Amino acid sequence: MSDVQDYASRLSDPASRKMGTFSYLPPMTPEQIRKQVEWIVKNGWNPAIEHTEPENAHLHYWYMWKLPMFGETDVDRILAELEACHKANPTNHVRLIGYDNFKQSQGANMVVYRGKMV
Amino acid sequence: MAAKKYDAGVKEYRTMYWQPDYQVKDSDILAVFKVVPQAGVSREEAAAAVAAESSTATWTTVWTDLLTDLEYYKGRAYAIEDVPGNDEAFYAFIAYPMDLFEEGSVVNVFTSLVGNVFGFKAVRSLRLEDVRFPLWFVTTCPGPPHGIQVERDKMDKYGRPLLGCTIKPKLGLSAKNYGRAVYECLRGGLDFTKDDENVNSQPFMRWRDRFLFCQEAIEKAEAETGERKGHYMNVTAGTFEEMMERAEFAKELGTPIIMSDYLTVGWAAHTSLSKWCRKNGMLLHVHRAMHGVIDRNPNHGINFRVLAKLLRLIGGDHLHSGTVVGKLEGDREATIGWINLMRERHIKADRSKGIFFDQDWGPMPGVLPVASGGIHVWHMPALVSIFGNDSVLQFGGGTLGHPWGNAAGAAANRVALEACVQARNEGRQLEKEGKDILTNAAKSSPELKVAMETWKEIKFEFDVVDKLDVQHR
Repeated sequence: MSDVQDYASRLSDPASRKMGTFSYLPPMTPEQIRKQVEWIVKNGWNPAIEHTEPENAHLHYWYMWKLPMFGETDVDRILAELEACHKANPTNHVRLIGYDNFKQSQGANMVVYRGKMV
Repeated sequence: MAAKKYDAGVKEYRTMYWQPDYQVKDSDILAVFKVVPQAGVSREEAAAAVAAESSTATWTTVWTDLLTDLEYYKGRAYAIEDVPGNDEAFYAFIAYPMDLFEEGSVVNVFTSLVGNVFGFKAVRSLRLEDVRFPLWFVTTCPGPPHGIQVERDKMDKYGRPLLGCTIKPKLGLSAKNYGRAVYECLRGGLDFTKDDENVNSQPFMRWRDRFLFCQEAIEKAEAETGERKGHYMNVTAGTFEEMMERAEFAKELGTPIIMSDYLTVGWAAHTSLSKWCRKNGMLLHVHRAMHGVIDRNPNHGINFRVLAKLLRLIGGDHLHSGTVVGKLEGDREATIGWINLMRERHIKADRSKGIFFDQDWGPMPGVLPVASGGIHVWHMPALVSIFGNDSVLQFGGGTLGHPWGNAAGAAANRVALEACVQARNEGRQLEKEGKDILTNAAKSSPELKVAMETWKEIKFEFDVVDKLDVQHR
């Protein structure tokens, strides 16, 4: 039993909070983020950006960054908006969404910039 | 048209119920049966007999037949086909006019289609392979209480399959110890845990205690992880009144999801529960205990694709579908066929997946297929590839059997799942590159590394019994 490891997750430790898909993986590199943007474009989904203070991440509604980028297929422009949102809200979680208007759902939803948990 | 005269006696079924020139109507319910006739009975006569006995006829002519228009009301066999790889059996296609069925009653449809006819002497065995439900019938049925999109919104989970775990041992734990197992799984990263099918209200753990402890587990895990969680609280019970008492209590607790065993509780009881779930904002997980009795014999019974379509009609938000890769029975192409029937809006006939008819679901929401049974992290790449995002992947032993416990087992599965989804989105081939993807993910997850070492050698390579009908099997 000596080599059994503790699972370090605590109510008292804000770093234990997760934030949905990919939050159990290490933060994405710029190249990995680009590939996820490409996936959204390839599926014909509408990219959108949202952000929130980390302590409010559990709520359904985060702040919309502008409006969803309907019909946008330029990966660089989508990446530039993500960065602009991050710069304007450096302590916030910033998530990338791919709206699937046929399924009336989100085909993708992932936090690409992680704010500091407090 | 001249009126018919009454002519008592026994006639061959084929004179009235075999009609190869019949043009099927959009409003007909269509069925295809695999029939093995008794020796000496022709295919046409056997097919006609099945059509007759599952619709209007009895064994002899009766005078009251002439008081109605049987030409209008009768079911008829309209086509016969060889079964690939099986010389004894044939497929009989039968059309039933809409007037034969009560609107919105799946119970009524199946009491006809798989009623007395299955004990009929002229056939040696009989299997209902597929049913086409016309749109008028679909729209009179309640359908899933919420459906896939609404569940994603309520649970706030997108872009990946959901993750679950059935708590084991399935019988014998006290309610408090059981809740502990639930809490550990949920804090480790699972979305759901599950009561097993036979967890009801036994002396060692009464339902009320279980619900209370599991709800505390959910609430603490939610506070700890910041994510939404659920436990399928099984409300299956000996009477419908007791089921509803448990469902109402679950609602009072504010829990998001309950469950039912739709075959053992009976379809009428299940349908009432499903309607209650929509009315009360409760997600409904559906287990298929007893299905193997009905669907496993390739020559007799009801194919699971029919049981899956039936469940979508009477309502459920999740349904166990088989895993293809785990310890339980399941042919890959056939499984893909019925998970499409659960999820999609319009499905084209596709014999390579065992689908005989186009099926239009109109506006009816879809059901999430649940892959559960004997699966672990090494199966993750194949599962994500086969099931796609709209599914629930449930690892029972594959979570609870982790050497460091449930939380670590849950985290291992969550990391493996997310790594596979990320890699798929990047355009990588999961089933070819699965080992690389998992090995790389394990570099930042000691829990996954240990899980991979624990289950490395475990494989399930028994051949399946219920295969699709193809040559040279």
